[in-house]
Amino acid sequence: MSVQAEMATVIADKSGFFTEAMARKVQAILLPLAALVAGMIAFAVFLLLIGKSPLEFYQLVYKAGFGTAFSWTNTLARAAPLLLAALCVALPARLGLVVIGGEGAIVLGGVAAGAVGMLVPGLPGPLGILAMAIAGGLTGAIWIGGIGALRHYRGVNETISSLLLAYIAIALMNHLVEGPLRDPASLNKPSTAPLPDAYRIGDIPGVGVHWGLTVGIVACILAWVLIEKTTWGFAARIVGGNVKAAQVQGLPAGLLMIGFTALGGVFAGLAGMFEVAAVHGSANASLAAGYGYTGILIAFLARHNGLAIIPAAILFAGFEASSGLIQRRLDLPDATVLVLEGMVFIAILLSDTLQDRFDLFSFIKGKRT
Amino acid sequence: MTADIGLWGVPLAILGGAIRVSTPFIFVSVGECLTERSGRINLGLEGTLVFGAMSGYAIAYHTDSAWAGTLAAAFFGTLFGLLHGWICKLPKVNDIAIGIALMIFGTGLAFFFGKPYVQPVAPDLPAISLGFWSDIPQVQAALHVNVLFLAGIALSFAASWMFKNTRIGLTIRVAGDSADAARALGINVNRVRLWSTAAGGALAGIGGAYLSLYYPGSWNEGISSGQGLMAVALVIFARWSPINCLFASLLFGGAGALGPALQSVGVTEGYYLFYAAPYVLTLGLLIATSSTTRAMTSAPGELSITK
Repeated sequence: MSVQAEMATVIADKSGFFTEAMARKVQAILLPLAALVAGMIAFAVFLLLIGKSPLEFYQLVYKAGFGTAFSWTNTLARAAPLLLAALCVALPARLGLVVIGGEGAIVLGGVAAGAVGMLVPGLPGPLGILAMAIAGGLTGAIWIGGIGALRHYRGVNETISSLLLAYIAIALMNHLVEGPLRDPASLNKPSTAPLPDAYRIGDIPGVGVHWGLTVGIVACILAWVLIEKTTWGFAARIVGGNVKAAQVQGLPAGLLMIGFTALGGVFAGLAGMFEVAAVHGSANASLAAGYGYTGILIAFLARHNGLAIIPAAILFAGFEASSGLIQRRLDLPDATVLVLEGMVFIAILLSDTLQDRFDLFSFIKGKRT
Repeated sequence: MTADIGLWGVPLAILGGAIRVSTPFIFVSVGECLTERSGRINLGLEGTLVFGAMSGYAIAYHTDSAWAGTLAAAFFGTLFGLLHGWICKLPKVNDIAIGIALMIFGTGLAFFFGKPYVQPVAPDLPAISLGFWSDIPQVQAALHVNVLFLAGIALSFAASWMFKNTRIGLTIRVAGDSADAARALGINVNRVRLWSTAAGGALAGIGGAYLSLYYPGSWNEGISSGQGLMAVALVIFARWSPINCLFASLLFGGAGALGPALQSVGVTEGYYLFYAAPYVLTLGLLIATSSTTRAMTSAPGELSITK
C-alpha cells in the first residue's frame, strides 16, 4: 500500500464514515446491482433491435410486478418458492459446489407431500401439515444431499449429476402421478388425490400470500446466520476456499459437504411442499414450473448471501409475474423473460471479472498501487 | 403386410433408435471433446443445441433447403461458442457458471425467435436406406440412415486422427494439459481455447439442426430435454477420446430408444421410467467412472470439472 493510500485510509477511518471495510461492503452490493442494470440495458438494446419499446416494457414490468397491491400479492406468491429454491443453490455454493438441479428436489418434495396427504388423510390439520413438511424436506435432503455425497465419496461432478437427477426426478414424478399415486378422478391432468381441507395451507392474514413466503424469508435469514455467524458456516467457507487447506486444518469437509447440500435440499423440498399444500392442492406436473432454474440466477445475483436473496427473489418474481401482461400488451412470446434473465445472468457473471480489479472509492482514498 | 417378428422387434427398434437418436450426441460430444481437450468446459452447449435446432429449422423453412438450415445452425453455434470463449478469457470468470448462463440465454433466445416456427413444416435432411437387402419392414426402418449420422462417424475418426497426428491437434492438447507449457512453446492459450470452443459450438449447432430437421423432425420447445448436457457427461465417460464418444453416443441413443421400443410392442407400464433410462445410464456411468483417489486418466490437466 502506498503512503498516500495509507494516509487516505487513516483519514477515512478518522471520519468514522468510510472505512476500507465499509467501502468494500458497499462495493460488494453495488457491483451486482450495476451488473443487474447492465443486463437490463442490454435487454433494452435487444428490444430496440426487434422494434419494441424498452420504456414500455419496463413500465409494464413495474406495473404488473410492483405497481399495485394486487401485483405485489402476485409477485410475493411467486417469490415464496424462489427464496427456497435459491437457498438450494446458495448453501452448497458456499462450499464451492455448483448445484443446479434444485428443480428435482422441488418436484419430488411436492410429490412426497402430496403422497402423505393422500395416504395418511386422517390426522389433525397441523399434524398433517407437519407430516407433509417433513416428507417434502426429507425427500429434498436425500435428493440433493445425495449429490453432495456422490461428490465427496466418488468425486462425481455435482453440476452434471444434479442436472441429470433433475431430469430423473421429473420422470419419476410423471410416473408416480400418472401411475401408482394417480387419483382416478383426475382426468385431464393426472394428479394425486386432492388434499383434505385441513391439510391446506392458507394465507398470511392481511397479506394475501400463503405462509410459504414467511417460511422462505425465515429460511433465508437462518441460512445467513448459519453461514456468517456460526462455526459451521465459517468451516464451510474455508472448505469453499480451499478443500485441501480445510482438510489439513482437520475440518470434516465431507460432513460439511453432505450437510450443506442436504440442507439446501430440505429448502427446495419445502418449496415443493408449499406449492402442493398452498397453491395446487395436489401433486401434479405443474410442480415442474422452473423455479429451480430461476433460483440459480437469484443465488448468483445475491452472491450466495441469504439476506441478499430476499430482494433478488422478489425482483425476479416481479419479472415473472409481469410475463403475462408483457405478452399481451407488447405481443411478445412467453420466453421474453427467459431472454432477460439470461442477459442479466451473463452480466452478473461478467462483473466477477471486475471484483478487486477496480475500486469504486478510489476517488475518496486516493490512488492505490 | 407387416411380418410378425415378435419380440425381436425390441432389439431391432433399439438398434434403429440408437442410429437415429445418437447423431446429435455424436456431434455435441465430439465438439465438447475438442473444447475440453483445450482445457475449457462448455455447459452452454445445451443452449447452443436448442438454438441450432431453432435456427436450422427457421432457415430451412425460409430457404427451402435443409442444408442451408444446417449451415445456419453451425454458424449460430459458432457465435455462441465465440461468446463463451470470449467471456471465459476474462480473469476470475467461472466457466461452469458461464455455461449455465449461456444455457438459459440460448434456450431463451431459441424459444423467443422460434415461436412462429412451431407450426410451419420445413424440409427434412436426406437419409439413405441401407436396409434394402431385407424384406422385413422393421429392418428397413431401423437401417434408414441419415447422412449426418455417417458424417458424424467420419467426424469422430477425423477428430481422433487430428489429435494424434496434426500440429493443430497437438497445440490443442498442450493448451489443455498445461497452460504454462503451452506458453513456453509460444502458444496463445486463450486463442486456442477460443477457437476450440467456437468449433465445439458449431458442431453442437449441427447436432441441434439434426433434431429439428430429421429426428424428431419438427421444432418445438421440448426438443432437447438435456441432450446437450448429457453429451458433456458422455465426454467424461468417453475419456476425452472422439472415437469413444461415437460408441458412447450409440449407447446413449440405444438407451433413449428403450422406452419407445417397448411401447411399440405394447409395454406401456412405467413409460416414464423407461424415458428416464438415458439419464439413469449417464449418471450410473458417471458414478462408475469418477473417483476421488486416482486422477482421472487422460483428463486434460487444465479442466476445471475434474479438479
